Amino acid sequence: MDQLLYGTEVLINGLMTGVMYSLVALGFVLIYKASGVFNYAQGVLALFAALTLVGIMEGQVPFAHLINAMFGTHIENFGWNIPAVFAILLTAGVMVVLAILIEKLVLQHLVGQEPIILFMATIGLAYFLEGLGDVMWGADIKTLDVGLPQGISDVVEQTTANWFGYGFFIDRLDIWATIIAALLVAALVAFSQYTKQGRAMRAVADDHQAALSVGISLQFIWIMVWSIAGFVALVAGIMWGTKSGVQFSLSLIALKALPVLMLGGFTSIPGAIVGGLIIGVGEKLFEFIMSSPDLAGSWFGFTISATENWFAYVLALLFLVFRPQGLFGERIIERV
Amino acid sequence: MSDTMLLDAPAEGYVTADGRQIGPVVMDLKNITLRFGGVVAIKDISFDIRQGEIRAIIGPNGAGKSSMLNVISGFYVPQEGEVWFKGYRRGPMRPYQVARLGIARTFQNIALFDGMSVLDNIMTGRLNKTKSGFLSQALWWGPAEREEIANREQVEKIIDFLEIQNIRKTPVGRLPYGLKKRVELARALAAEPQILLLDEPMAGMNVEEKEDMSRFILDVNDEFGTTTVLIEHDMGVVMDLSDRVVVMDYGRKIGDGTPDEVRNNQEVIDAYLGVAHD
Repeated sequence: MDQLLYGTEVLINGLMTGVMYSLVALGFVLIYKASGVFNYAQGVLALFAALTLVGIMEGQVPFAHLINAMFGTHIENFGWNIPAVFAILLTAGVMVVLAILIEKLVLQHLVGQEPIILFMATIGLAYFLEGLGDVMWGADIKTLDVGLPQGISDVVEQTTANWFGYGFFIDRLDIWATIIAALLVAALVAFSQYTKQGRAMRAVADDHQAALSVGISLQFIWIMVWSIAGFVALVAGIMWGTKSGVQFSLSLIALKALPVLMLGGFTSIPGAIVGGLIIGVGEKLFEFIMSSPDLAGSWFGFTISATENWFAYVLALLFLVFRPQGLFGERIIERV
Repeated sequence: MSDTMLLDAPAEGYVTADGRQIGPVVMDLKNITLRFGGVVAIKDISFDIRQGEIRAIIGPNGAGKSSMLNVISGFYVPQEGEVWFKGYRRGPMRPYQVARLGIARTFQNIALFDGMSVLDNIMTGRLNKTKSGFLSQALWWGPAEREEIANREQVEKIIDFLEIQNIRKTPVGRLPYGLKKRVELARALAAEPQILLLDEPMAGMNVEEKEDMSRFILDVNDEFGTTTVLIEHDMGVVMDLSDRVVVMDYGRKIGDGTPDEVRNNQEVIDAYLGVAHD
């Protein structure tokens, strides 16, 4: 019974971790759907958003190190703190400006190029943004606190303790992440299904020429899509930054999004969610089972640990072999 | 090539033999030249399009017909010449801006949104008629709701008209060729265009499908008074449908007039029968 309860707790925690993966995967899906580009820079976008948010909140002077090194000054801080809500709005504004710059300086010159060329451009973009983030805001690890509750939820622990005699340890941040992710997805779905701009976005994703012929500006749609991806990156950056601090390894969460996308399919928003949940739950349960002497130990006679490092990738590999389009992806049928 | 009665028709318009009202000139193309590097696709061509008429562009393969259509729809910008639309000279424009002026088109190799349903495809034609803010649309509130309902009514009218009610919800990717062509026409019509451009609307169709499509083009013109410019290879169809015909060959205009006039034009006959140019 204890094993079962503990397993349930692991399952719930897995679901919540999965939500965090989904948040990153969502940004990939959005851009891929609208422009057929696999945006390698999505993880760095999240990092850049989080860095900018912290910088704005703490009144950091952008490029402070560079300015100090060049002019021998000692400026660090504007000396003010900006409330989280305004800082988030400002950062969202920065992400929109970034989207416009990306469109004007990069994408516009690559119209009609092969997807692989656009992909290479996003790799370049990723390195550029990582460097820019470093020069603008400094390379040290920062804590991010936008007022989201953190720590183990007492309410959940006590309630479950009363019900089952076993208190579940669930991080309040994870609960909030789940709620915010749900709202974000609902907003995205409403946007893409019911608004004129959303319809135009789906049209551009499908056929550029046809989109032009009904009066859709590709430029506008691309700026819009990258802005939305930037906003999703901001949300992911806030969640991950709050959880584990704003540091440059944050850009590596993009790697965890890859197996999520392979499972869910590159073109499906629900796919990104379900894929994230499966990976989150899968790796936590697998770890729980394989490292437990009572389960794996008694079944196989051995235990393994640290499976979380590779489980997601092995699962993705299996999917690539048996269902390359993912669970929800569009099957590629070539007509000849 | 003799100038024709119709080219000298009164500026305010005239009435055709079958009683349709043809209005004044809506689009005037003056001395258009289009080059791709060293290749001259269109050489100094001028012609006009009148309100409410069906204007055909014909010519052998590679004559520059599609290029001409692309100039009108803004996909190509000519190096020389002027495009006058409703009395104003059109500057260099992007295709989406031209579309917003009320020039809708279909493509030779069908350009539809394969992942969307027939209904959604046709609804994209209404994008430029949608004015309410995106927040009210997302929340389905007030003006957005009224607007969406009005758009749907217009689209349903077109769906009825083109007899595609039964495939309304079908994803376009699954439709056979002939129906796709019809959906593309529906999407163009949904924009309530000033000028409708059809690039080979009957290419690759069987006789029955061609007859259907011809009927739709005529009915659309009759019912909505839509000015239509079409490129077509099937001479029988062209001669039956159009009020006036422009004939192109090797990027030049070699004939312009009523179907009968064009049919009897020696240069046109030579171009189609392949007499050596000297």
